[in-house]
Amino acid sequence: MPNQRTGAQIIWECLVHEGVSTVFGYPGGAILPAYDAMLDYPVRHVLVRHEQGASHMADGYARAGGGVGVAIATSGPGATNLVTGIATAMMDSVPMVCITGQVPSKLIGYDAFQETDITGITLPITKHSYLVTRVQDIMPAMKEAFHLAKSGRPGPVLVDITKDAQQASIEWDWDSSPVKIRGYRPKQTVSRPELDRALELIRASRKPIVLAGQGILQSGAMREVQQFAERVDCPVAMTLLGLGAFPASHSLNIGMMGMHGEAWVNHAIQEADLLLAFGMRFDDRVTGNLKTYAPHAKKIHIDIDPSEINKNVPVDAAIVADLRETLQELLGLLAKSDHGPWLKYIASMKGDSAVRDIQTLPDNGHLYAPHVINDIWRLTEGKAIVVTDVGQHQMWEAQYYHHETPRTLITSGGLGTMGFGLPAAIGAKLARPDAEVWAIVGDGGFQMTQAELSTAAQEGVKVNVAVINNGYLGMVRQWQEFFYERRYAATPLRSPDFVKIAEAHGLLGLRVEKRPEVDDVVKRARQAEGTVLIDFRVEQEDSVYPMVPAGADLDAMIRRPQPSVLVETAADPI
Amino acid sequence: MYHTLVALVEDKPGVLNRVALVFRRRAFNIESLTVGRTNEPGVSRMTIVIDSDQTSAERVTAYLYKMVNVLQIEDLGAIPAVARDLALVKVAVAGHDRAQLLRVVDETRAHIVDSGEQTMTLEITGEPPHVDAVIARLEPLGIIEMVRTGQVAMRRGDTALSAAQYA
Repeated sequence: MPNQRTGAQIIWECLVHEGVSTVFGYPGGAILPAYDAMLDYPVRHVLVRHEQGASHMADGYARAGGGVGVAIATSGPGATNLVTGIATAMMDSVPMVCITGQVPSKLIGYDAFQETDITGITLPITKHSYLVTRVQDIMPAMKEAFHLAKSGRPGPVLVDITKDAQQASIEWDWDSSPVKIRGYRPKQTVSRPELDRALELIRASRKPIVLAGQGILQSGAMREVQQFAERVDCPVAMTLLGLGAFPASHSLNIGMMGMHGEAWVNHAIQEADLLLAFGMRFDDRVTGNLKTYAPHAKKIHIDIDPSEINKNVPVDAAIVADLRETLQELLGLLAKSDHGPWLKYIASMKGDSAVRDIQTLPDNGHLYAPHVINDIWRLTEGKAIVVTDVGQHQMWEAQYYHHETPRTLITSGGLGTMGFGLPAAIGAKLARPDAEVWAIVGDGGFQMTQAELSTAAQEGVKVNVAVINNGYLGMVRQWQEFFYERRYAATPLRSPDFVKIAEAHGLLGLRVEKRPEVDDVVKRARQAEGTVLIDFRVEQEDSVYPMVPAGADLDAMIRRPQPSVLVETAADPI
Repeated sequence: MYHTLVALVEDKPGVLNRVALVFRRRAFNIESLTVGRTNEPGVSRMTIVIDSDQTSAERVTAYLYKMVNVLQIEDLGAIPAVARDLALVKVAVAGHDRAQLLRVVDETRAHIVDSGEQTMTLEITGEPPHVDAVIARLEPLGIIEMVRTGQVAMRRGDTALSAAQYA
């Protein structure tokens, strides 16, 4: 019969129909039928070195390309190894479908070899999940999984498919079951009374600020946000995941907010009379102490997820709808306004930061991470896709690599997953082969997933890996310096020779120890074929400023000491 | 304060687990939880009673609302509603207690649903406070075993909670 398919074939038929061209995975017993069928389908499979790498690659792939990332693993340990990547994607609302093999349905619940209850384990960290035990249920589950992953507020969906369901055959027709999910209503329409309430607040405001979040990227509302900001003459502050949603060079872009945001941005938020939260969720890293957060401001919250409204910050107007559509409606009703004095006031606060800014201070022969990152920005003309790990380098990236276009900063925000950087960068490069991709990682996080260098080498993927190597788990060290009397418990880190690690993979490894070497080495890395690793031996005890201590008032920031006694140089070699 | 949440959910495996997760994550103790069929095919109805402040109840309601398998959710806390609870209580009937027990049965609209040589089993149905009150009167007589269904509840008046529009 022409349309007879095994469950394993149906998995790939579904992936092809969903437009998937690349998947990330690792084979094993319970997923073997699917792997066998894979060879007959036009999908590129990237063999990772650890399933966590597969879920981070699928994540980076989705964030860079805007589509759905797909990770595949076997049952048991294969599935549990995906968990960190799934949780990362959940916290940052990344569309992802994870397919796991499961032991034959008759063995479920009998502690069979490599059996684990992965739908149970991932229940709190998936948008939804399916345990599929019958071949006829594979296609509906796959269709629903893709629909759920990418619609509304995106998120990871797990489809766990038993081995016998993969092996069984069925008459198959893609069009036979359209997606129908009774309780899922991702699209809400803008309600007119809420729109009017928002308009009233906008018109009455003298000191408004847009808080620009990742929802802008996901809604594709970049143009509308810019039109809104220009029409209202309103400064725009960025969340970490929002960076790139509004051009860094735009005169209304005042920079990043929050724990390591710009001082003037945090001060401005505390003094504002209106916050316009666009696709952001008032994370604790953004608000600081909720009791004293933006005390003078009315709040308008536009988000597609109703459960975000009034979650952390009670708001005065809430619009639960697609941001782009909402802004289009608002723009149809808003006249041009002028907030010159407010913008001037915010600009006047920048002077104090400028004298403290490490970019304006001489390096005095040292190599500082912020200088390195700023140099990479300059040399790549701000056009690279930068994928970071988690820690100090991540915050310096956010501060000193200025993103003009969406989806050019890929970083684990909500979960703060160390080890995310390298695999996510490989995923990003595969989604955007035309783009220059940099992984900026710390020496700590890099070593968590450095085995994926081998994946990059095998797949011939070119990623430039900048290891910001300060010999410490730097961000934790910084907290110990500020809050634990410099008692450096378990933060000094001895690393292998990263250049040799690169070379062992047949990749080019380079080292930079002095600022004047940066330009040449970065240029060399960009021109070289294949993945290149640069070991930047930076100052060991530099800290990220400003810093709002966890739970402190947003304007109670620790500032970089002035004048320029930056750090002591550690005498010891790393 | 007690909140009575009513959820219409898809009748599928794992749904109870998903709903329970919302409460577990926020460390809510569920006072009672009942699940049963409705007149609509494929739709189950849960009645969940929690003791929580208003904000927490709103958070939980919001999370339940967005759950894929949850079709409808409402908090009956502030809405006029009919609520019923049912208890089966096995009470000791040593000689002199029998008359006393029968008096309680008579006065409280309880029903005797079973009797043994040593015990008598009563069914008590009514608003939860009524059930509480009857149980309080039975306690001195010696309760051997007891089970309560937990509350079921429904809005008063003509409006109905239905998942029909999501069929």
